[in-house]
Amino acid sequence: MADEITPDELLDKIDYGTPSGDWMDTTKSVQIRPGMYCYAAKAESVETLGLPNARPWNPVEDDWKLPDDWQQILHEGIKERLERFRTFKIFMDVCVRCGACADKCHFFLGTGDPKNMPVLRSELLRSVYRNDFTTAGKILQKIPGGQRLGGNRPLTLDALKEMWYYFFQCTECRRCSVFCPYGIDTAEITIMARELFNLIGLNIDWIATPVSNCYQTGNHLGIQPHAFKDMLEFFVEDIEDITGVDCTPNFQKKGADILFITPSGDVFADPGTYTCQGYLILFQYLKEKYGLDVTWSTYASEGGNFGFFTSHETMKRLNAKMYAEAKRLGVKWILGGECGHMWRVIHQYMDTMNGPADFLEVPVNPITGTRFDNAASTKMVHITEFTADLIKHGKLELDKSRNANRIMTFHDSCNPARGMGLLDEPRYVINNVCDNFYEMPPNTIRENTFCCGSGAGLNAGENMELRMAGALPRATALKFVHEKFGVNTLGTICAIDRAALSTLCEYWVPDVEVAGIHELVGNALILPGEKERTEDLRMEPLPGCEEEE
Amino acid sequence: MTQKYLIPLTAVFLLFLVAYTGAGAGLGWFFGIVVPYLAVLAFLVGFVVKVMGWTASAVPFRIPTTCGQQKSLPWIKQNPIDNPDTSSGVFVRMLLEIFAFRSLFRNTKAAFNRNASNRIIYSWEIFLWVAALAFHYAFLVVVLRHFRFFTAPVPGAVQFLEALDGIVQVGLPGLFLSGVVLPAAALFLLARRLFDAKVKYMSRASDYFPLFLILGIAATGISMRYFTKVDVTGIKEMTMGLVTFSPVIPDGIGGLFYGHLFLVSILFAYFPASKLMHLGGVFLSPTRNMANNTRARRHINPWNYDVPIHTYEEYEDHFRDKMIEAGLPVDKKE
Amino acid sequence: MTNKWIVTGLAVFVLAVLSPFWFNMVTTTQAAPEPELLGPAKEARKCVLDKYEMRANHMSLLDEWRDAVVRDADRIYVAANGKSFHMSLSTGENSCLGCHEDKEKFCDSCHTYTSVNPYCWECHTNPKEIE
Repeated sequence: MADEITPDELLDKIDYGTPSGDWMDTTKSVQIRPGMYCYAAKAESVETLGLPNARPWNPVEDDWKLPDDWQQILHEGIKERLERFRTFKIFMDVCVRCGACADKCHFFLGTGDPKNMPVLRSELLRSVYRNDFTTAGKILQKIPGGQRLGGNRPLTLDALKEMWYYFFQCTECRRCSVFCPYGIDTAEITIMARELFNLIGLNIDWIATPVSNCYQTGNHLGIQPHAFKDMLEFFVEDIEDITGVDCTPNFQKKGADILFITPSGDVFADPGTYTCQGYLILFQYLKEKYGLDVTWSTYASEGGNFGFFTSHETMKRLNAKMYAEAKRLGVKWILGGECGHMWRVIHQYMDTMNGPADFLEVPVNPITGTRFDNAASTKMVHITEFTADLIKHGKLELDKSRNANRIMTFHDSCNPARGMGLLDEPRYVINNVCDNFYEMPPNTIRENTFCCGSGAGLNAGENMELRMAGALPRATALKFVHEKFGVNTLGTICAIDRAALSTLCEYWVPDVEVAGIHELVGNALILPGEKERTEDLRMEPLPGCEEEE
Repeated sequence: MTQKYLIPLTAVFLLFLVAYTGAGAGLGWFFGIVVPYLAVLAFLVGFVVKVMGWTASAVPFRIPTTCGQQKSLPWIKQNPIDNPDTSSGVFVRMLLEIFAFRSLFRNTKAAFNRNASNRIIYSWEIFLWVAALAFHYAFLVVVLRHFRFFTAPVPGAVQFLEALDGIVQVGLPGLFLSGVVLPAAALFLLARRLFDAKVKYMSRASDYFPLFLILGIAATGISMRYFTKVDVTGIKEMTMGLVTFSPVIPDGIGGLFYGHLFLVSILFAYFPASKLMHLGGVFLSPTRNMANNTRARRHINPWNYDVPIHTYEEYEDHFRDKMIEAGLPVDKKE
Repeated sequence: MTNKWIVTGLAVFVLAVLSPFWFNMVTTTQAAPEPELLGPAKEARKCVLDKYEMRANHMSLLDEWRDAVVRDADRIYVAANGKSFHMSLSTGENSCLGCHEDKEKFCDSCHTYTSVNPYCWECHTNPKEIE
């Protein structure tokens, strides 16, 4: 938890007023402040991936141990990215600074720091672009006072540090992009900036180490194959205690119908573990009732992709395992668990990077006959699409009353909402496994949803002030429905959310719990041959089974 | 940071004065013939170079910002405009974006009150959208109306537009609505930059300059039409000379007109090097002009290159013993 | 958006910007009207205003005249050159059209050329047409 700052202290700091003067004059005085930044990447993790400039360094020290020609490297890097990404080039050129994005960012709303306005975050880099890559900028350089007037600046060490600080205060949530009249997506600019940082070894450890783990071991948490199996078997035991049914999953089963991949966070930490148990129960049900054969893999045991927060190349390297494993196992198609950025990667990048997946079949749900045409090429289906389809066709026997103690609201995760449009599928599932569902205010859900404040690799422990500040807009919306409707459970379909929102709730709205949607499915689903359940997956009494005091 | 707006304001004044006095000093041919031709040339070349520069950059991934329900299961109602999966859907989305500023229409204003509830309140903030829309359409009407100076006889469509723009039939010469709306909207946009602390903080000289320039153009134009008056026939002789490549400088055209024309020329020449290129950029933004169907139809990245990956074989080699011990299937037993 | 569409769009834009140039090439362009003094005007050589002031300001002058005549019954205008004129657009020999007999040439040619539609003739009549 944030030991340093209390919610009241944090709230006292918020001031949406902006300082007078020019933001460029404040570059030198930017303090990389504890609580707001993440620790530097460990040399070892950077080395594993073969990325440049692996060495120990510390962001709060003056010397960042950069290569001598770092400016040249970044200049070349920007140039290359301008050629490779039309997004980047257009977003550098067309911003009119209308300010529509300014108060759309959760980090701005939570900190009041003007450089957290998306427009200024982008201007940090755009000012360098204008100076070094446009004709006007080159002319203005020669006129005294011209640079300043044009808002252009050279790439100095101070400018670099300022960029590093603020581009690791963006969770790539794309909320600003919804409101921008030109669709300028700060996430895209942050992605470019972070790629550039990685060229000179400026990653943060909360990203670099999971990436290195994932590359070597198969998942971010570095869970080795036997341990991964152990953990799932531990869940199997718990489920057997609760339901009396053995839900032992398949591992690396060749010729299975479906390969299932979910973020390793669901295997590792509460409350994701309950979601994971929900998956196991669902797959057991489908196997028992309909003979559907789902397999897990310890090699492709990570749905998430922190490579996405490093560079496009690293994203591709980690993502490659999904298709590789599906091909090796000879499954028909891939099913993906509840995760946010994982689905951005799968939906908008995977097929392009690592496809074509011509060794897989167009996904068809063998139980309902539904052909997932929307995944015809990528051949990967989201589990809420899959479950919603099963429910719609009446293929699942559900007992809603087992979730009767849950008064739900739903947090749309940024990436499925704004990088995919997966909005109604999870809601449909929730409404079929639970009776009490209330939406948060419209400005905070669906495409307007607020980030948990910890996405894009920022869910570390050392930047808790930043995370809790960024969580504020989500928290105030949640608090509103908590107070108005008595909401006690925040549903979500993202593994980072399950971890981050739990911290958010503990900090801002202590009476609300976080639950994955498939935890609720797992509770409601009536397994063939199950005993009478008295406990939910959290081993708490089911509604009506509470012990008399 | 008063410099950020005082310098552009002064610049526009000086530019006007240069042309005003220059034309008076016998440089009419320069401001009336040479500069306009160069400005049009600079505009077109600059615009084309810029857009072709964008075109030359690849679109490696299909990454639309989705602002509504995706197309997935047949019984889930898709939002075909804000989350289009077909090119016709994208077409409608782009039409609304370009002609109705749909994204800006969503604009909200957040306010935080430090009190018992500590809520952040979001209210719909429509004024930026209204002013932006009014500004752009008024500008368009003004530009189209000016075709009366470039065509003879003046086409019916232009005359119709003039009649529509002058529908209130007030004053003499009749008031054009666009002549009121354009400066009013531009002044509102300027006021936002000057008085909204956030917008002021993010504004640069390059945000003020085009506003002052357009206000200067509007002011000189309005002055000529309604107040100081000019010899319209003489001016049209001149503009027609320009567009038929037989330039003439008729007598009796005041410095005010040269000031107006010079500011317009500056706007043209400045356009491609500035943020005003959002005119072209809005069409090309990949977060808006692509269909959200990446899982249904593969998008090709022209520079997709092979990357080192950690293969299953390497993985198994690394963990084989542990896997065998745990009862996990392996491809090679040793 | 494919590059083909972008290039097409760009070509359309360039053509639109250049439309004043090519439009006049593909259509017959009407020449600017030549001012010509005819009839009594040719002989008088004295008008209510100077040439360029007249060209720019005649509509305001007529507007003032109308107010003076209709509201104040003031019918005599003394010009800067000292001559007096009858404040009338179309009535009598000392009116505008009394001196400049040819409305086509004196009024309409320029108005048509610059796409101006004055509403003078909603009330007034060209004296030539009365006969």
